[in-house]
Amino acid sequence: MNKLKKHTKVDFATYLGVIAAWGLVMLAQSQHWLGRSTMGLLVPICCYVVMAISLNLTVGIMGELSLGHAGFMGVGAFTGVIVSQSLAVSVASPTLRLVLAMVIGAVLAGITGFLIGIPVLRLRGDYLAIVTLAFGEIIKELITCLIVGHDENGLHIVFNYNGLKGADDLNMTPAGKIIIKGAQGATGTETIATFTAGVILILVALVIVLNLIHSRTGRAVMALRDNRIAAESVGIPVTRYKMTAFVISAAIAGSAGALYGLNYSNLVASKFDFNTSILVLVFVVLGGLGNMWGSIIAAVVLYVLPEELRALGNLRMLIYAVVLIAVMLGTNSAGGRALFAKLIPHRKKREEV
Amino acid sequence: MGFLSYLISGISLGSVYAIIALGYTMVYGIAKMLNFAHGDVIMIGGYMSFCGMMYLGVNGWLALALAMVVCTVLGILIEGLAYRPLRQAASLAVLITAIGVSYFLQNSALLIFGATPKVYQPLIPLMNAAGEPNALKLFGGQLSISYISLFTMLSCIVIMIALTWFTGHTKLGKAMRACSEDKDAARLMGISVDKTISLTFAIGSALAAVAGVLLCSFNPTLMPTTGSMPGIRAFTAAVFGGIGSIPGALLGGLLIGIIEAMAKAYISTQLANSVVFAVLIVVLLVRPAGLLGKRMTEKV
Repeated sequence: MNKLKKHTKVDFATYLGVIAAWGLVMLAQSQHWLGRSTMGLLVPICCYVVMAISLNLTVGIMGELSLGHAGFMGVGAFTGVIVSQSLAVSVASPTLRLVLAMVIGAVLAGITGFLIGIPVLRLRGDYLAIVTLAFGEIIKELITCLIVGHDENGLHIVFNYNGLKGADDLNMTPAGKIIIKGAQGATGTETIATFTAGVILILVALVIVLNLIHSRTGRAVMALRDNRIAAESVGIPVTRYKMTAFVISAAIAGSAGALYGLNYSNLVASKFDFNTSILVLVFVVLGGLGNMWGSIIAAVVLYVLPEELRALGNLRMLIYAVVLIAVMLGTNSAGGRALFAKLIPHRKKREEV
Repeated sequence: MGFLSYLISGISLGSVYAIIALGYTMVYGIAKMLNFAHGDVIMIGGYMSFCGMMYLGVNGWLALALAMVVCTVLGILIEGLAYRPLRQAASLAVLITAIGVSYFLQNSALLIFGATPKVYQPLIPLMNAAGEPNALKLFGGQLSISYISLFTMLSCIVIMIALTWFTGHTKLGKAMRACSEDKDAARLMGISVDKTISLTFAIGSALAAVAGVLLCSFNPTLMPTTGSMPGIRAFTAAVFGGIGSIPGALLGGLLIGIIEAMAKAYISTQLANSVVFAVLIVVLLVRPAGLLGKRMTEKV
């Protein structure tokens, strides 16, 4: 056992932690300890945990700030809804449909990530951030213009760019049903997402990301993050490795989106806006850049906290804001660091060169 | 005439974006941070002038002055309390703090003023006492430009000229440019970097107050989220023109305003934002540092 590398131990502890959390929730569920509102939070928590893992790959491992990650989630969500709804007759098993929805959602989000990555990864720093923000908003608006229906002849898609088109333009047979109604979003979706599926998705995302980090590709990506010029000069191809990481990150976000989309009977595209991207970014930064279990814990705590504080009404987001500022000041300012050093004296100092 | 009136509405909206973008660009130039709370300072400016007119009963111009004073103080406070301790920290930590400040301002406004939109009294009423539109008529009444648009364009130009003069010819302005170039060298020359950054935030926030009043004069509903979208658009404008550059902010703001108005008129109302962002992406691909931005060469 002692032969294991430190990071392998941490990775296994992370997997075990997720499985243990699943076991605890299942136990609590069978004993009826959880209220209805808490039960409703379980699937979204899983989605945001997966989103945090995915964004941590981009921000923490690759070192590029993405402000439009919710866009990939949106692509995955609406793809997932379309897949699940249009296969409702031909694939009877909801579990199989959920898996198909997540896989196809991931593939489409991955393709979107590739297309966006071509221009985005040429830029650097804050310019890259603003372009991801722009793409996120564009994806949101494009989805808002979609009208999609399904009948026995297959899918019917209308792009409602001028706001004048409606469900009638789909030219469906009377048996057809509308899946996405433009700005009203997806309505009447069969909710097939389950908590167990969410936990399995978290584990799959963790396996992919943690193995990627410790692979040749992962080391190359991190080398590019730490010193692009040095890495380039030893022959690491920048674009290929960054693109690999970005596409994987987008695909994971897409599968999280598919799970999210299939958890609600009504879903609008404006859910996947800048604010959602920021929400996930906060999870990643507070959890620690490049630290996957930190992201998981931060996502769970920071998602549950505002929901549990609902009793405080409008005050809750104010408290959230103050906590956010206080944590950032406490952990990043010189004064805050000195305070921590006094509290935890044995903590090793890591000097930046 | 349709084209001209779209162009004019685009320019006047663009002037507001330019004023907001100036705040972004100055703060970015000196503190190298994306101040996401800037959009919410605009909203606070709007509310302050609204309160001035509603509760104190002063006229629009005094209310504007009140908003400017409050926002200036607010800007200095935000900088001193939230950003100054993080001067040496990673840029992502500062970004998250800025987002925290943005949430804080939005939710404070929500607590104080409630979620229902307030109806804002424009700085220059759109209709005069006789019920006619308060506008300059050209070409025998075919083209009308409202006085508030004229005032917006004029104030944008005045602010631009004043800022260019300030950064170019005054001691404080030179200190500002020195700090944005190299903080350590500036400190060695006896410039107080902290004070200079405070001053930048003060100017940026006062401009945000002006922008807030103008924005609410065009779009007379005031909500706690009023500032976010214009804030993001103005940020886009600042990047578009080359972040850190004052003429760039003006150019970027005007172009974003015009593109938005044209896209709404000729392409699609739904996709106006997408068109703006698509143009931004194309510009950044061709000129990665924005239209007027300086390309920094990397030293190895």
